[in-house]
Amino acid sequence: MTRKISAERGRIQITGFDPEQVEQREPLSDWTEDSGGETESRWQRGWHRFKRNRTALIGLTVVALLSLLAIFSRPISVMGVPIQPFSLAPYDPTEILYLQDPTVGVYDPPSMQNLMGTDGSGRDLFSRILYGGRYSISIGFVVVAITAAFGTIYGAISGYYGGWIDEIMMRFVDTIFAFPFLVMALIIVAMLGGGYWQLVLAFSLVGWASYARLIRGEVLKIKENEYVMAAKALGARDKSVIFRHIVPNAMPPLLVVASLNIGTVVIGVAALGFLGLGMPPGTAEWGTMLDQTRETLIQGPDGAIPWWATVFPGLAIFMFVMAMNMIGDGINDALDAQETGAGQQGGGA
Amino acid sequence: MSLRRFILKRFISIIPILFGVSVITFALVHLTPGDPIDQMVGLNPDMSPSEEAQLRARYGLDGPIWHQYMTWMENVLTGDFGEVISSGRDVSEVIMTRLPETIALGLFGWVFGLIIAIPTGIYAAVNKDQLGDTVSRFLALSGISIPNFWLGLMLILIGSMWLGWWPVLAPSRLPLYHPEMLWYLVLPGITIGTASAAAMMRVMRTSMAEELNKEYVTAARAKGLPERQVVLKHVLRNSLISVVTLAATLTASIISGSVVVEFVFNWPGLGMELVNAIEQREINLIMAITLFVGVIIIIANLVADILYAALDPRIRYD
Repeated sequence: MTRKISAERGRIQITGFDPEQVEQREPLSDWTEDSGGETESRWQRGWHRFKRNRTALIGLTVVALLSLLAIFSRPISVMGVPIQPFSLAPYDPTEILYLQDPTVGVYDPPSMQNLMGTDGSGRDLFSRILYGGRYSISIGFVVVAITAAFGTIYGAISGYYGGWIDEIMMRFVDTIFAFPFLVMALIIVAMLGGGYWQLVLAFSLVGWASYARLIRGEVLKIKENEYVMAAKALGARDKSVIFRHIVPNAMPPLLVVASLNIGTVVIGVAALGFLGLGMPPGTAEWGTMLDQTRETLIQGPDGAIPWWATVFPGLAIFMFVMAMNMIGDGINDALDAQETGAGQQGGGA
Repeated sequence: MSLRRFILKRFISIIPILFGVSVITFALVHLTPGDPIDQMVGLNPDMSPSEEAQLRARYGLDGPIWHQYMTWMENVLTGDFGEVISSGRDVSEVIMTRLPETIALGLFGWVFGLIIAIPTGIYAAVNKDQLGDTVSRFLALSGISIPNFWLGLMLILIGSMWLGWWPVLAPSRLPLYHPEMLWYLVLPGITIGTASAAAMMRVMRTSMAEELNKEYVTAARAKGLPERQVVLKHVLRNSLISVVTLAATLTASIISGSVVVEFVFNWPGLGMELVNAIEQREINLIMAITLFVGVIIIIANLVADILYAALDPRIRYD
């Protein structure tokens, strides 16, 4: 701003006005010529804020680290073709060590050989925890992807059409909400039997309703905007109005809820495993591992207490969920989704 | 709309929801293979097919599923929830003996949550962005993220195994109202209340911080009220609205939590009974407990809505 402001305009004399003072004043906004050219999109702005949030970045690092460790813990091969040859875990998670090496026993404390000790069947706990992330983490992401997609479609249709369609669709959502999250998943898994896809199905059937309710509320708000009316007036079809104009604007709160929900699902999967209903017994899944040590703990102290078998699997769940919630909080702050209250309760059990 | 009409309307809307809950549970439980009769047959392999059919007829497990549902519904409407097939006990009697245990546990956790959440929430909001706030926010985030069953196991590990202050399992001989039971409620109560405490603390902090920025606070400070009075008399009242509402809706998560926590501590409540019922396919018991829990959750949400409207005169119901 090197341009001098003239105090004299035409024939009108301005007195008592010092142009220097105007320039010395603090700028009222941080607007500059350069930044005015191109406005950042909401997502870019959100990303910039997210990057500055230290807590959220720690969360992102932990989630990435645990996921990578789970992926590279054991080789993966699809139909006989190896697609991931690395093996970070020192032992096979299901291998009973004393069959090979008689010096390793049951419930061995942590040592250099077995970093987190061995469990009640003499398996290496460290390998099992690395590997165990595969179940919980992938179920978490898969379930949230399914439920968010279905809930969005359901909620958008309900909110957009309104009237008796909305009434019926939302009564159904209310019905799902009358079941406590875990209780319904428990019944479904008990009826279907345990297993990976059964868990995915159970948590998907339970989880979509909260997205439906959220998106419906957002759609009701957005529907009133002029640009939606304009799109309709221009003859856009309902499908295009909903999915090109309304849904993208309802995304910020959805993203917050989804990120917090991953943690909820991971805890839910572990809880079912802990109740002995998730994966088959002996699977290296975090919750199932805790189920095995519960009985040893309850039976009382005979000799040393194998604390490592209880502490480490739970710590893995806790760390992952905590990191996920840190990310969720970060997204919430970055996208200004607070006004919906979506991020306040967090994702817990 | 008057408050009374609002409540009445919400009460009427409960009926279709409960109907839906019963249909969904009934379908889930009946459409999958395996029922208590199959288990009985498994235990007595020499049972003849006609005896099996007789048993099924006795417990209303024969005929098409819609017919079974109608029979079940008819009985429920007259207050008869059927019997527990394996033990022959009345379902409502089982629920009534288990219910006080769960209520005691849930109430302990809930009160624990409120006692922790409100003061820490106030403290964090008043000292926003200072060290104390950061620490309590970190603790709240941990409280939300910690799996309750693991927290329970850790408390057993520390409180019972290392410190030896509690027995690993509460003695089952003592009646629930015995004052000594309060001591045994501590570990499971803390376990069940931690997540609620953390959630309420976060909401308390947010709403209080928001409230502290309002003009009436400046006005109160400007007229010279001591800060303590401003916070505790003026701001607290307004920021409690959202916490009270949340406290009511947390009932659902406390019930969910009770299933797992009762399992951890072998606490003989409804949640433990539900896990057993599911394992043994006790259809009548599963149906009755889910329906019962559904009623509690719906009523809790209704109470939350009413409280919200009653505490904040700006809210209109329509």
